[in-house]
Amino acid sequence: MTKQGVVPDSFSEPFWDAANEERLVIQNCRDCDRLQHPPAEACRECGAGDSLEWKPVSGRGTIYNYGVVHDCPVRLLQKDQPFNLAVITLDDDPGIQMFSHLPGTPVDDVPVGAAVEVIFEPTANGQLVPEWRVIAD
Amino acid sequence: MNTPTAPDAMYRNDEGLGLWEHRGKVAAVGVGHAPTARRWDGRPETCVGAISIQALRQAIDDAGVAPEQIDGLVVVPVTTTGAFWEEGKPLPMDVIESFQQTDDPLDGVAKLSAEWLLANMPELTNVKFTMYGPGCMSNALNVAAQAVGDGLTHTCLVVKSWHNFEGRYYQSGANAEEALPGTAAMTRLWGGPASYGTALQFAEYCRKYGKTHEMMAPFMENSRRNGLMFPEGYWAQHRPEELGREDYLAARWIAKPANLFDNDIPIMMSGAYLFSTAERAADMKQKPVYILNHASSNARPRSLTPTLDEVEAETARTARKIYEGAGITADDLSFENMYDGFSLFHQFHLEGLGYRGIKFGEALDFYQTDISIEGPNPVSPSGGNVGSGRSRVWMHTDCIQQLQGRAGPRQVTGVTPEVAVSGGPMPLGGNFTVWSASPD
Ligand SMILES: [Zn+2]
Repeated sequence: MTKQGVVPDSFSEPFWDAANEERLVIQNCRDCDRLQHPPAEACRECGAGDSLEWKPVSGRGTIYNYGVVHDCPVRLLQKDQPFNLAVITLDDDPGIQMFSHLPGTPVDDVPVGAAVEVIFEPTANGQLVPEWRVIAD
Repeated sequence: MNTPTAPDAMYRNDEGLGLWEHRGKVAAVGVGHAPTARRWDGRPETCVGAISIQALRQAIDDAGVAPEQIDGLVVVPVTTTGAFWEEGKPLPMDVIESFQQTDDPLDGVAKLSAEWLLANMPELTNVKFTMYGPGCMSNALNVAAQAVGDGLTHTCLVVKSWHNFEGRYYQSGANAEEALPGTAAMTRLWGGPASYGTALQFAEYCRKYGKTHEMMAPFMENSRRNGLMFPEGYWAQHRPEELGREDYLAARWIAKPANLFDNDIPIMMSGAYLFSTAERAADMKQKPVYILNHASSNARPRSLTPTLDEVEAETARTARKIYEGAGITADDLSFENMYDGFSLFHQFHLEGLGYRGIKFGEALDFYQTDISIEGPNPVSPSGGNVGSGRSRVWMHTDCIQQLQGRAGPRQVTGVTPEVAVSGGPMPLGGNFTVWSASPD
């Protein structure tokens, strides 16, 4: 399934540039040594804005939870309904979540707790986006 | 008049604040509701401004107060259910010109300002205090209660209204575009509908405690039953249909495990209350319902969506704030009337409160027992949004009417209505009011 395209803005550009190089980076506060996602203008822990960086992470994660979308508000995705929409937690910090359509995993047959790895797939305008795939045993 | 938004200091966000300083000194007296509709039909007399005036006038009349005695107005300025006036769509000039206007032509059509209301309610000649409590009626109630307690107003109207236009909601704007701006794209490319976050929390809850979506059926049935006894509500007015177990379980999924009925139906509606000091309330037409406390939750999840641990920690914290400021315990609650839109988080509020001693993971079992208005453990006697459509108001109206003894066919009969709490919306992020039949 193809997601909407992405037009990086100045704030998000490092994340999307990294994705185009098939690297996953997450916003991190150097002072707190704490990742945050979604990213923000300031660290939610200490409030500092100048200590934020984009930090490479391992690209390993775990399926924390999921739902199955049958009635999607995004027009481009409606032809793919129903589809899995999972929450992945990063092995680098299980407090950090990312969404995933879990390409390759049958609809509503999602192994919660399974290990996943990041992959990068093209969106409608060619921008690559991080996605997650179950690691075969 | 330039209406300010309520400052953060008006909300009771923290634990350890002790009894609310105005406990029992503020009362709700009058209630007003405009007729509901599924969508706006384009007529001036049914626009969101017009129905707000209707609800406000009813609340004034219900309290038996002369309009010139009213000196305060608290408004929720946002009225959208998710439907917006599309950019470039011609303005409904015939409607706009039927009213006194403000600088925004869509005021009274797709939003609601205090200035618009005052300009179009010439009988309100003495309003000196206006304030916005943005979000839900639950915010506005907290703001009004604090304002009356603080002496900023002695007789205060509170109003929340909703508009709903043609078209499927949330499907225009960015969701219809070929591309998203980069920052929004990081969370929105995956297309979760509005109820997805709640569906996730419910799924985690079911896995952890061994519960199922089917176990929601008695709650849904009970809520619709109570809603059909709410003459102000959408289902009672337009579609007086019961919601049986089979109907509920056969409904199509929106974001499994949330189905169509777990998502409240967006409607046109307006609800209004008249608050006053306890002294003034004593001389009004209806029995005063005293406010013992108001409390707020402003927690945020660590990442994209709240985990069950975050939900449970916050509902428990909220309950401690509710009880502490009111000087009550869970044992004092006559019934339970927390928010239910989406239905799949109602159990979080219920468990956080510890209503009838239930603990985390026990609410769905509790739903299998007698939760009716006739029984000893009423759950959602208002019927909530499940029973009457999306307003986030029914629970408040019901608490007031139950404690006044004028909830009509919905009146609880298995318990004596003395103390109640209502509020929401979300387990992380809401505002709550404690109501009492007596001031102490
Ligand atoms: Zn920091």
